[in-house]
Amino acid sequence: MKRRIFSSLLLASAAVFTAAGAKAEDTVKVGVLHSLSGTMAISETSLRDILLYTFDEINAAGGVMGKKIEPVVVDGASNWPLFAEKAKQLLEQDKVAVTFGCWTSVSRKSVLPVFEEKKGLLFYPVQYEGEEMSPNIFYTAEAVGQQATPAVDYFLANGKKKFYLLGSDYVYPQTTNLVLLEYLLSKGVPLANIGGGFKKDESGKIISAGKYTPFGHTDYQQIVAEIKQFTAGGKACVISTLNGDTNVPFFKEYAAAGLTAETCPVVSYSISEDEFRGLPAKQLVGQLGCWTYFQSIKSPANKKFIDGFQAWLKKSDVPGIVKEGRVTCSPMVLSYNGVYLWKMAVEKAKSFDPEKVMAALESGISFDGPGGKVTTQKNHHLTKNVFIGESKADGQFKILKEFKDVYGEPFLKGTFKAK
Amino acid sequence: MNTLLTKREGIGFGVVFFILLVVMPVAEATKLIDPFTLNTWGKYLCYAILAISVDILWGYTGLLSLGQALFFTLGGYMMGMHLMLMIGKLGQYKSDLPDFLVFLGHTSLPTIWKPFYSFPFALLMVILLPGLLAAVFGFLAFRSRIKGVYFSILTQALTYGAALLFFQNDMLMGGNNGFTDFRTLLGMDLRSPGGQRSLYLATGLLLLCIFLFCKWLTITKFGLIQRAVRDSETRVLFSGYSAANFKLFVFVVASVIAALGGMLFVPQVGIINPSEMNTEHSLEAVVWCAVGGRGTLIGPIIGAVSVNILKSWATRAYPDWWLIILGVTFILVVLFMPRGIVGLPDQIKGLLNRMKRKPSETAEIPTAIAP
Repeated sequence: MKRRIFSSLLLASAAVFTAAGAKAEDTVKVGVLHSLSGTMAISETSLRDILLYTFDEINAAGGVMGKKIEPVVVDGASNWPLFAEKAKQLLEQDKVAVTFGCWTSVSRKSVLPVFEEKKGLLFYPVQYEGEEMSPNIFYTAEAVGQQATPAVDYFLANGKKKFYLLGSDYVYPQTTNLVLLEYLLSKGVPLANIGGGFKKDESGKIISAGKYTPFGHTDYQQIVAEIKQFTAGGKACVISTLNGDTNVPFFKEYAAAGLTAETCPVVSYSISEDEFRGLPAKQLVGQLGCWTYFQSIKSPANKKFIDGFQAWLKKSDVPGIVKEGRVTCSPMVLSYNGVYLWKMAVEKAKSFDPEKVMAALESGISFDGPGGKVTTQKNHHLTKNVFIGESKADGQFKILKEFKDVYGEPFLKGTFKAK
Repeated sequence: MNTLLTKREGIGFGVVFFILLVVMPVAEATKLIDPFTLNTWGKYLCYAILAISVDILWGYTGLLSLGQALFFTLGGYMMGMHLMLMIGKLGQYKSDLPDFLVFLGHTSLPTIWKPFYSFPFALLMVILLPGLLAAVFGFLAFRSRIKGVYFSILTQALTYGAALLFFQNDMLMGGNNGFTDFRTLLGMDLRSPGGQRSLYLATGLLLLCIFLFCKWLTITKFGLIQRAVRDSETRVLFSGYSAANFKLFVFVVASVIAALGGMLFVPQVGIINPSEMNTEHSLEAVVWCAVGGRGTLIGPIIGAVSVNILKSWATRAYPDWWLIILGVTFILVVLFMPRGIVGLPDQIKGLLNRMKRKPSETAEIPTAIAP
């Protein structure tokens, strides 16, 4: 560390003295805007790692249009105003060609005005609620229709009749459940078979569906009892958008109440292989996940990706990087895909100009990623494959079903009409 | 004791505020420094206001409040409500309602939101709501003679409770995402360099006013009692003063100051949400005071600005190490600079004097002088 600081101090002073005029022309600056400290670090550091790996892979193969990628890594520190400040800095001072970053919706919302004002380009890689389409953001993320509705299709095909909606109280679960409510009604599921409760406005219109618990909630006794009652007639399932840590007490209580994946399966939209590292895998065996990538996908592209990343980790000298027990998951792959799609778009546009790159992305570019082929759409989202997986004791998923080429639609609310 | 500023202080503050209020904006307008730098400094100055509010409680009255981030955020929310309504139809849903209300299925504006179309009303609420909350909380706390660490814990609990409340979507305050995507304020385009420059100037001026007001407060008889409360509350009580009322007044004033800082913070950073309302942020403000020098008024300003410059620089230059860099700096300051940056010249002078007196002996680090 000492040497690093010393040498970069030396470099910094050298840069000052040469008045920054002699900047190498054969590199292109790319921003990495994730939280490396604070509450989100546990998830977001993995994305920083995969991005650095991808850059190295691309650089080794000759770079982008002959230019080597020069990453500018900043720490958003799970602090949303700091995210906005760092975004401004990346765009205004570092003049990055593109930025890969953000995990939470609130961090994206905090940098969105910055990217729009400064005409930047941001790739956003994490499942989200939709209801947004910024001209300056490309969402490699799963839209609601690429996670929530396929999982419901799977349950319906397996004869499930009753659906209990449960989530953490923030915008992603709220939107997902509202869309799901409409979707379930359109599939002929009666309102009485949708659990978790509804909230109506003065006119009687449902404005919120499902049960919500705050972040860090630990007491799921009552809710699990309610679910148990709900499952009484059989053929029931739970759709969970619970976030992070709250999954631990929920699944503990769920197992303690005698509920199992056989009697009432739970599909969780926010638990991927990476989150599994912090969860009691045993209590989750047999429960379901739904993503556009699982590490267990058997394909040459995926094998190359996983092996490449593991080999890179071994020799990586990024300070503080975790080398043991690393897995790959959907947000990581969507980050990886994002970098390649950006590279292909730059080469198609023959320019690093964000506006031209975005136009190239809108024209439809396909990339064969670890999760199969992804294709960019005009609406800044991706067409990709969706997988339903069953969790195993080792924290991996057994793939049960694949949906091919699912279109990414951010504005789903209000599109499904009840029968 | 009766003059507002000594000659030396006057020159010092004059120079500092001349740089902040004249040199920096002019440099930005003539493109010597970029708008981003000025905008970031605007944020620092808002933090400086928050730090002053912590300092007049902690440094001058001996009350360590860990709830100042709450008042800061409340002020921000009141301003945020006005800003959300000023977006008009430019939002995602092209509706008159703020986006998150449309998203929650509302078709008309909730009654409590309606008056916030008026800027003066929002301004009034920035002062009134945090002030009122501080008055009620302070009245109950000080009447029960809660002090020391118990007061700190209570303010911390209050902050945490408020954050949980604001996280809920039912609160109609934007839930976890809070308010973002602001466009205009008083007809000013918030995304233009000109708009940001005006906000910066407003922040600088407000900081100057708050600074002078607090300075004036400390030289009055009131300020004397304030410090007496800090040093020996029992004596103050036996001298016939109602310590509780004094503390209550300071608490309310400090909370309003924090809220004013928050009010200007929101349009400059472009977001306000409940995660600002936490103990960590209150504690950070305490650290700024400690680093700058508590019990002085210029100390918190210097502390807030310098720590945040360090943070801005390190999160970019050493994203993996910046927490350690910051942490080590704080430890060093606490161990070797008990009076903070402001106390450093005196400390060095003391050190030199001692070396002069005993040239034969090796210099030693002066022992900590409790402020």
